Amino acid sequence: MNQAEQLANPMSRDIEPIPTSPAVRFEDSAKVALANTQLRRNMAKVTQTIRVKRQLVVDEMPDWEALRESGRATKERVLRHLNQYLLQFEASVTNAGGHVHWARDAAEANQIITAIVASHGAKEVVKVKSLTTDEIGLNEALAHAGVAAIETDLAELIIQLAGERSSHILVPAIHKNRSEIRDLFKKKLGVAELTDDPKALAAAARTHLRKKFLSVPVAVSGVNFGVADSGAVCIVESEGNGRMCLTLPKVLISVMGLEKLIPTWQDFEVFLQLLPRSSTAERMNPYNSLWTGVTPGDGPQEFHVVLLDNGRTKVLADKIGRHALNCIRCSACLNVCPIYERTGGHAYNSVYPGPIGAILTPMLAGVENAPSLPYASSLCGACYDVCPVKINIPEILVHLRGEVVRHKQDAEGRGWPDPEAVAMKFLAGVFANSRRFERAQKIGRMGQRFFMKGDVIESLPGPFGGWTTMRDVFPVAPQTFREWWRTRS
Amino acid sequence: MNTAKEAILARVSSALADVPPAETSNDVPLPRLYRTVDESPRAHIIEQFADRVAEYNAKVRRVNAAVLPQAIAEACRARGVARLAVPADLPPGWTPEGITLIRDPGLTIDQLETSDGVLTACALGIAQTGTIVLDSGPGQGRRILTLLPDYHLCVVFEEQIVGLVPEAIARLAPVSQRPITFISGPSATSDIELNRVEGVHGPRTLEVLVVAPELKDA
Repeated sequence: MNQAEQLANPMSRDIEPIPTSPAVRFEDSAKVALANTQLRRNMAKVTQTIRVKRQLVVDEMPDWEALRESGRATKERVLRHLNQYLLQFEASVTNAGGHVHWARDAAEANQIITAIVASHGAKEVVKVKSLTTDEIGLNEALAHAGVAAIETDLAELIIQLAGERSSHILVPAIHKNRSEIRDLFKKKLGVAELTDDPKALAAAARTHLRKKFLSVPVAVSGVNFGVADSGAVCIVESEGNGRMCLTLPKVLISVMGLEKLIPTWQDFEVFLQLLPRSSTAERMNPYNSLWTGVTPGDGPQEFHVVLLDNGRTKVLADKIGRHALNCIRCSACLNVCPIYERTGGHAYNSVYPGPIGAILTPMLAGVENAPSLPYASSLCGACYDVCPVKINIPEILVHLRGEVVRHKQDAEGRGWPDPEAVAMKFLAGVFANSRRFERAQKIGRMGQRFFMKGDVIESLPGPFGGWTTMRDVFPVAPQTFREWWRTRS
Repeated sequence: MNTAKEAILARVSSALADVPPAETSNDVPLPRLYRTVDESPRAHIIEQFADRVAEYNAKVRRVNAAVLPQAIAEACRARGVARLAVPADLPPGWTPEGITLIRDPGLTIDQLETSDGVLTACALGIAQTGTIVLDSGPGQGRRILTLLPDYHLCVVFEEQIVGLVPEAIARLAPVSQRPITFISGPSATSDIELNRVEGVHGPRTLEVLVVAPELKDA
């Protein structure tokens, strides 16, 4: 698929989730998204609705700021001593009858999971909604091995049946209307009579998936939190599909990013308050499942945890960027972002969209593979204000913009120099010396009259045109302050 | 052997080169300045629990312990329950009359699927969030029991209700390695145009009996 085709069909699954395609720039896919009026309407509705609801449930908490600080500090403690907690978690899970696997990257994780599935001769697995398994492209890897991965979250099922990509971390199919979903279910689930009432649509999914829950031997989930000192694992959800997957199949495989650890059981008291209010804007989401290893007579009798790096240690090595690993995937930053609200999630070309995606994707995939994402922000800071674990997203965005520029400069020696880098170098020389600066002003004053329209320059020629597509440039003044000062003496 | 594990641990170590070697995890300050106990009067906490469970569109009824069996029978009758699944250790005396009980252990998926509901006790309730917690303890059974039937009738004693989430987490600490389920209202989704639909995969109806202690004669 070439770039033009990708732009015409931004929801296509052919775009690799991580690493993202550097050929597709955010500003280009944003233009496509902005032209889609239905997408814009749906995005405005979802972000505004959740935003307002979130504020209500946050405002009723007198200790919200204290909870945020504790959440941030807990993650800081875990990240600064990650090896200690990883080893402790591994020992705890093993003691409780579970198996722990380590995966350096997506390929290794997929290999481990595929092998476990194959050892049980399973041709299907049921899946709890999981961004981490999207990140590693697990469904595609399983399909390659002849195993069908069945998404059981309603929205994930919808986009899986439609062959599309998620547009929002929390409500991935929010870009689709009910009538589209009805047509999709009629076609793909073989339901003859179906109205577009959301209740009827949910019931159709219930009937379709119930058979799968009861028959498929292996389930795959992500992990919201893993407790280092006890080995307890937590999945937070709403529909009950999570409980089904965590209870009914014989084998459970949970994929866990290295950063999902919390030190102790007590830490749940912080995160089970922060996450639901930030994410679904509820006091508590309908279901939280917590389990430790294997419990005889209750639930899966074989339990695997796959600890996934896949770029996380690279993020950890960045002293400023590492705070992005605090993220508990609540999506509050998406809902307050003026950019995300307008473009939706597809424009980010990553499983992690919105402000958190704009920092996480370039760090996981390398800035050279997503150089436009750190610029997908107005730096307004709303994301930082709502973040339940206080990730300073604007600071990391600015830091990454610097990384993008440095990367471009480094690449300079190996090919054509970047015009912007050359221009900046030239300007740096001009600004460094007052004589040179004044001479440049004089030259500018002579040159600019060809471009002036009234008192301003509305458009500049050639490579400088980019600057003036959105704004006017003020010309060099007929007399500068220094020139005027000299005339006084 | 474990090359991936060694490689990841080595990557983490080198990524954290800036952390002083003498620093321990406990040296990283972790302030806990949030509320850990709700000091409100008990009556207020219990009322808040009942209100907030009801806000999730669960049915809530407050009853006295003296009439608990009748209240259970009434709830089942109103719902039209004929076959009720129960855990092996359902407290004696809860058994409603005129209803076929199917008792764990050993219930098959089919038996659970074709039952009209399930009756259990719980570990505790959280007033702040309107949450019921099952911890596989007495009167609760295994997880599948409260998952497959379409109707869950849950008995919560007033003394089991705590104010805040941290109070619940503290109470659960001794049994934290058992399977634990937090239930806040019936299963729900807002995936289609953000319209809330109750009842996707879990029980579509949740009914809660909040039981006040029997009044003792002075």
